[in-house]
Amino acid sequence: MADDVILLDFWSSPFAMRVRIALAEKGIDYESREEDLSNKSALLLKMNPVHKQIPVLIHKGRPVCESLIIVQYIDEVWRDKSPLLPSHPYDRADTRFWADFVDKKIYPTGKLVWGATGEVQEAAKKGLIGCFKLLEGELGDKLYFGGESFGFMDVSLIPFYSWFYALETCGKLSIITECPKLVAWAKRCMERESVSKSLPDQYKMYCFLMELKKKYEGK
Amino acid sequence: MAEEVKLFGMWASPFSRRVELALKLKGIPYEYIEEDLSNKSPSLLKYNPIHKKVPLLVHKEKPLAESLVILEYLDETWTNNPILPQDPYERAMARFWAKFIDEKLLPTAAKVSHSTGKEQEQGVEEVHQQLKILENELKGKEFFAGQSIGYLDIVAHVLFWFYSAGEASGVQALTTEKFPIISEWIEKLIKIEAVNECRIPKEKHHDLIRLRRESLKSASK
Repeated sequence: MADDVILLDFWSSPFAMRVRIALAEKGIDYESREEDLSNKSALLLKMNPVHKQIPVLIHKGRPVCESLIIVQYIDEVWRDKSPLLPSHPYDRADTRFWADFVDKKIYPTGKLVWGATGEVQEAAKKGLIGCFKLLEGELGDKLYFGGESFGFMDVSLIPFYSWFYALETCGKLSIITECPKLVAWAKRCMERESVSKSLPDQYKMYCFLMELKKKYEGK
Repeated sequence: MAEEVKLFGMWASPFSRRVELALKLKGIPYEYIEEDLSNKSPSLLKYNPIHKKVPLLVHKEKPLAESLVILEYLDETWTNNPILPQDPYERAMARFWAKFIDEKLLPTAAKVSHSTGKEQEQGVEEVHQQLKILENELKGKEFFAGQSIGYLDIVAHVLFWFYSAGEASGVQALTTEKFPIISEWIEKLIKIEAVNECRIPKEKHHDLIRLRRESLKSASK
């Protein structure tokens, strides 16, 4: 029933990657439609008139927007397979808190590491490594943030692994030196087909981000 | 059981107030601790070391932060008087609009309260556009959640502070003429006892906004 589920997608979006991973974890058939973000489709503008952004999941004709909201929706509708959120309310709250942390801290700070220069970039580098270390603390000795099983927080964070080459090159950082446990976790996640098939090659991502950076600098 | 639940909050924080409202609507007894945000308590810093912010809920010594995360936790732990819808699609919609309020509307409204001149004018225009979008969600319904108050009403209830903020900043973005449906919804909200109990003292709110506007003015000199 692939026509039941459509994903308005874009290959380099970490937010879209989250949804691709969740759909794959659940074994859900879907149609992926790659958007041209410089020329958004009528469908995208109709399905997400408020933000006009991807990802958008269209299920039985109805749109769900915002990646973490989509992933929770997927988890609630296809609840019988590979649960992504834990069952205990406190653990659910904890995982939601950390997923929110990724959105509030990792995404904007990471953007400045590959996108900015000078003092702004320096501050962002410190900030990002600080956040990664906090995440390492949260991970502890667990296999995944979800514990024994790959879960919601892992889905939320792992797309940013595709930024690592760009972060290290632009920021002159070595993430593996600073945060070895986090890199080990990322590699474990990449062994899952749902993740390896959803994340683009890091060098391809780097080239794309540099094009984006040039475009914004040109403005 | 009141000692089991503690809420660290701040009287002027819409995020803190919405958690209080949810606790009251669900009939959950709690102890409230008012935080001085210029001098945060050791407990707040201990329980919320990542963001160091209110609201912070502590339930049986376990901390929870971020108001929307807390609301879902309350609903999953105390299942009486549910605030979130049962249907996954309705839940996704409620979460979407809550995010819109927190990430778009509230920051824009804060800009209006704390700015002047052209910046404020721009802010008002943006708030108008966002309120129009949000008002659409109320059409044909008593409350955002349907027949009775729910999650999105709790998240959005801060809207009626816009009147008070408008009086203090001299610019009223939310007017009955422009937004009759939201205004009618606010009238319905404040008839609910729990909502009334969470209303911020108007004069105190005015003073706070005026103080912030003054300090921003002198900071920009």
